[in-house]
Amino acid sequence: MRPLPVGEHGLLIELDDAAEVEALHAELLRRAADGTLPPVREIVPAARTVLLDGLTDPRGLIAELAAWDIPPLTAGDRPAVEIPVRYDGPDLADVAALWDVTPNEVVRLHSATEFHVAFCGFAPGFGYLTGLPAPLHVPRRDTPRTKVPVGSVALAGPYTGVYPRSSPGGWQLIGTTDTVLWDPRREPAALLAPGTRVRFVPQETAR
Amino acid sequence: MTDRALSVVRAGALTTVQDLGRPGHAHLGVPRAGALDEPAHRLANRLVGNPESAAGLETTLTGCAVRVRTATTVAVTGAPCPVTVDGRPAPWGAPVRVPAGAVLDAGPATHGLRSHLAFAGGIVTEEVLGSRAADLLSGLGPDPLTDGAVLPLGDPHGPPATADAVPYPGPVTELLLPFLPGPRDAWFTAAGLRTLTTGRFRVSPASNRIGLRTEGPPLERARSGELPSEGMPLGALQVPPDGLPVLFLHDHPTTGGYPVIGVVPERYLAPAAQAAPGTPVRFVRAR
Repeated sequence: MRPLPVGEHGLLIELDDAAEVEALHAELLRRAADGTLPPVREIVPAARTVLLDGLTDPRGLIAELAAWDIPPLTAGDRPAVEIPVRYDGPDLADVAALWDVTPNEVVRLHSATEFHVAFCGFAPGFGYLTGLPAPLHVPRRDTPRTKVPVGSVALAGPYTGVYPRSSPGGWQLIGTTDTVLWDPRREPAALLAPGTRVRFVPQETAR
Repeated sequence: MTDRALSVVRAGALTTVQDLGRPGHAHLGVPRAGALDEPAHRLANRLVGNPESAAGLETTLTGCAVRVRTATTVAVTGAPCPVTVDGRPAPWGAPVRVPAGAVLDAGPATHGLRSHLAFAGGIVTEEVLGSRAADLLSGLGPDPLTDGAVLPLGDPHGPPATADAVPYPGPVTELLLPFLPGPRDAWFTAAGLRTLTTGRFRVSPASNRIGLRTEGPPLERARSGELPSEGMPLGALQVPPDGLPVLFLHDHPTTGGYPVIGVVPERYLAPAAQAAPGTPVRFVRAR
């Protein structure tokens, strides 16, 4: 665990891998909930780091962190959601070629994977989901699309994501969901928060 | 349903509803948003008797004009500009009583960029995650103003606060940005770090509420490539591949993969909201 300075009131804590990030994030939330964490405005987990901002005494927290005993996470600690997907994306065949399997096998492998939200970003409600093993990681498309439809289920690098709204994007589109990822009138507004477990359930393609 | 409201007569180049933003949601990818010149926003609210957190308007360069449906106390702060009520001159930086049906015009900025307008009772558009601020990165909150748009106002809170010191800001002839190095200063060479504090930078015209972009000498990197995405704080000096630092303002993305060479503490950010394109920028180490 390597704490790096972030301005006057922040810390960026660098960790060795995604599992450590999740364990530290869960511990921070646990301590925030039981009132033993000093007041903090933002706790932002990411791929290899957790950003804490709005601390009154970042140096004091560095000293405290070193003494924490952080238990590894178990899957049962986290909420789970199922997202129905029509695997009809325009890049399904390209992904099948990259994985060296048939499109049907892409559907089977993807929907059999237990994902979880490593972190959020890019847009409100956009979660970076990990779970696919390294051989199934794929590059972004060479040319990003100017418009990716809302609900697109997409792959890039180690991540799967679902576009919470229509936007430009360079990820490989393998399917579509009608599930609403982000609704500011809903509580909670974001279906996916860091730590949420996710399973994609194949639906018949309506044609 | 109250009939207190304002209608937009002249929307100006870019006028948005702003309050103190929606902190605490960065982990969901939601930017802070909120008034860029926060001290000016708070002051305008105090002048009309609002809580400092009430929503008002933030203009860009060309000001805006609005017609109030019922008599309303209004204050204009931030970038100094000519203020008129139905064409008659009115004071900047002071409470102005605008009669029912009259037009308050905050003209083009004399200097600076963004004027802040507060209305007694505040603008009461729908809250999103506890804030009415327009977030131009992710589209949360109300759209930027358009001519003819109508915005509801709340009931006045009471008399304006007692006399408030209203400093008249001078033109920003040089934007001084104190920063603390890190978290990724090690991604730059010693020469690159020196360039940051000695190079001649200017505010780029491509600047907006997301970030203040700079033009100047590129900062030399010690390492190439990108970082895995990491959390980005307000005030981050992020350096994209062109080597020119971008100061992250209130609508900045919450995560990013370019290295942050330093962070400008929040209390030094308000002048950045008023620095017009072409303004010289000097980065100095904060202490």
